[in-house]
Amino acid sequence: MVELELYKAMVRARAFELVLAEFWEAGAISGEMHLGTGEEAVAAGVTRHLRSGDAVSLDHRPTPVLTLLGVDLQLMLAEMLGREDGLCRGRGGHMHLFSKTHLAASSGIVGSSGPLAAGFALTAKLLRPGNIAVAFFGEGAMNQGMLMESMNLAVAWKLPLLFVCKDNQWAITTRSVDVTAGSLLERAAGFGLPCQEVDGLDVMAVAETAGDVIGQMRKNPQPFFLLARTSRLDSHQMGDPMRRMAQHPVGEGGKTFGNVTKHLLAPRGSGPVTRIKSLMHLLALLGDSRKDVREHKTDPLFLTRQQLEQAGQDTESIEQDVARQMEQLVDSVQVDSPAGGAHGKHDL
Amino acid sequence: MANMTFSAAIDRAVMEAMAADECVIIMGEDVHMLRSAHYTRFGQQRVFPAPISESSFVGAAVGAAMSGLRPIVEVMLVDFVGVAMDAVLNHMAKIETFSGGKWTCPLVVRTACGGGYGDGGQHEQTLWGMFASIPGLTIVVPSNPADAYGLMKTAIAHDGPVIFLEHKLLSESWLEFLGRLGRQTVAFDVPAAGAQGDVPANMDSLPFGQAIVRRTGNALTIVSLGVGLHRALEAADQLAEHGVDCEVIDLRCLQPLDARTVIESVSKTGRLLVVDEDYKSCGLSGELAAIVLESGLSPHYARVCLEQTIPYARHLEAEALPNTQRIVEAALRLAAGEKQRDV
Repeated sequence: MVELELYKAMVRARAFELVLAEFWEAGAISGEMHLGTGEEAVAAGVTRHLRSGDAVSLDHRPTPVLTLLGVDLQLMLAEMLGREDGLCRGRGGHMHLFSKTHLAASSGIVGSSGPLAAGFALTAKLLRPGNIAVAFFGEGAMNQGMLMESMNLAVAWKLPLLFVCKDNQWAITTRSVDVTAGSLLERAAGFGLPCQEVDGLDVMAVAETAGDVIGQMRKNPQPFFLLARTSRLDSHQMGDPMRRMAQHPVGEGGKTFGNVTKHLLAPRGSGPVTRIKSLMHLLALLGDSRKDVREHKTDPLFLTRQQLEQAGQDTESIEQDVARQMEQLVDSVQVDSPAGGAHGKHDL
Repeated sequence: MANMTFSAAIDRAVMEAMAADECVIIMGEDVHMLRSAHYTRFGQQRVFPAPISESSFVGAAVGAAMSGLRPIVEVMLVDFVGVAMDAVLNHMAKIETFSGGKWTCPLVVRTACGGGYGDGGQHEQTLWGMFASIPGLTIVVPSNPADAYGLMKTAIAHDGPVIFLEHKLLSESWLEFLGRLGRQTVAFDVPAAGAQGDVPANMDSLPFGQAIVRRTGNALTIVSLGVGLHRALEAADQLAEHGVDCEVIDLRCLQPLDARTVIESVSKTGRLLVVDEDYKSCGLSGELAAIVLESGLSPHYARVCLEQTIPYARHLEAEALPNTQRIVEAALRLAAGEKQRDV
């Protein structure tokens, strides 16, 4: 049954994200960690229709798609632990995961997945007719020139390139609506791109739309723009100071807001109305940052589980299966953990 | 005298400049959050959160600077300046020359740089040598709060474009935002004297192009900047135990470069060791060798630089970045080399 298969895919993607979260919290994964929690329905719905020879370019949240493309989870986890036996020999890290076997590449530079996928699509058109390329990016990336330029290029060169915009309404700590002109669909349509909007929290809707579109693209090479509303359940990156402040206004926010309050009243500067407006904006952002959280109506996994359970389906056994796989994964990494991630200081 | 963090010192310099001159504005990604105090005090007419469109808003800063404003444009990480390189390379750097000196471009590109917290090779570069190779730009790399404060004051008052690089191991707010993120489970080798320190109450601006001797010695000159300076000072302590008496120079600016301070020191010690967190090839370390050669000196020379794409794994990253051990080893080889020749 398609619904259950899609659900299983989403559970797998989510479970791997949560494994990463655990290792990151323990300090075994260094630097930033941009989880893809909230994007699983888009990842599952699109990757379901991809096949060997298709290429994908990914952003700073690459793991759900890579997981569902079948990249070895042990290799990915070992990579993020900085190990020589990792997917990229410990050189790349979570924003720079590459699997040549799967023709999948990721980048931490916002918007860069567009031009890369245009090149992938050109190769598909010339060397592998019937194959396509997919670019995944957020709505924040829609304001990067390079992405808009690649839309123009894809239309001008008739490239089999599926642009998948994961719209979670946030560009880091900025509300995208505050810095984005016009409508994204109309913008893409302005390049002559066929466009469609889909509820990115509804995995069946994504799968159906992506299936139709990709099917057409394989027969008749041309680009397509898919706008999917998603959520950002674990904030821009794990430990995002904005959400921490929102959750612990006294402890985490005390220092920042002490400084803000001091300057709210300082002589010289803008008038009181402007100052209050700024302060209200900051407080509104803190409030907004708490809206997307797990076990909530913006969680695609939660929504799908609800639907399946109402239809009398057994979601629990799927979840238990996946949980067992993840336990094995974690064990397998722990057993032969050499130096570990963060200088080998932290036992897992 | 006030004791403050590196990031607070820069924020204070910007705050004072904004209070003194209403033409000073901030633009960049997430500046309402990153500079929340400035945003609250000066509001949406002076602090502009930008879309993730570096080529556009850095380019706009050039235009704004040419037409009467004094923008401080924040590009979160220097790696992302790659997206805005045309505005840097072909525009801000060239306006003054192209206009026959009649039109200037007073702006500051404020950006975080450097590694040591395991964020991978696309978020941890320094790139200062690449910028310094372009005529028309001023490149500033402070190593402590007082210098950061004084150099930011000078940068905002300067009539040309300045790239102001703040190293993330010195800047507590950036290290928190990109490396620690609320965790107690990660550790970083932060140079304490660089991350926090006194900023004299009467301190005003600090002129560009003035290197400073941080430690005097006769056997070997070590030239560095940013975090490398602190690694060099630590190495110098260890080298003293080996009987190698090092002089350590903090460049503070790459452009203009204080060649005189370097040459004076090398003419005394006869040995030059460059410690540079930027890439080894065709950059600052080679430039310093050329400068001393052009002055007629022929010192014994070595360098400890970054020679590869920064690996993500923290143990590999620690080896790739100039560390104290590599500096000590290079200095000992440099010192021993000449002794052998003397025999």
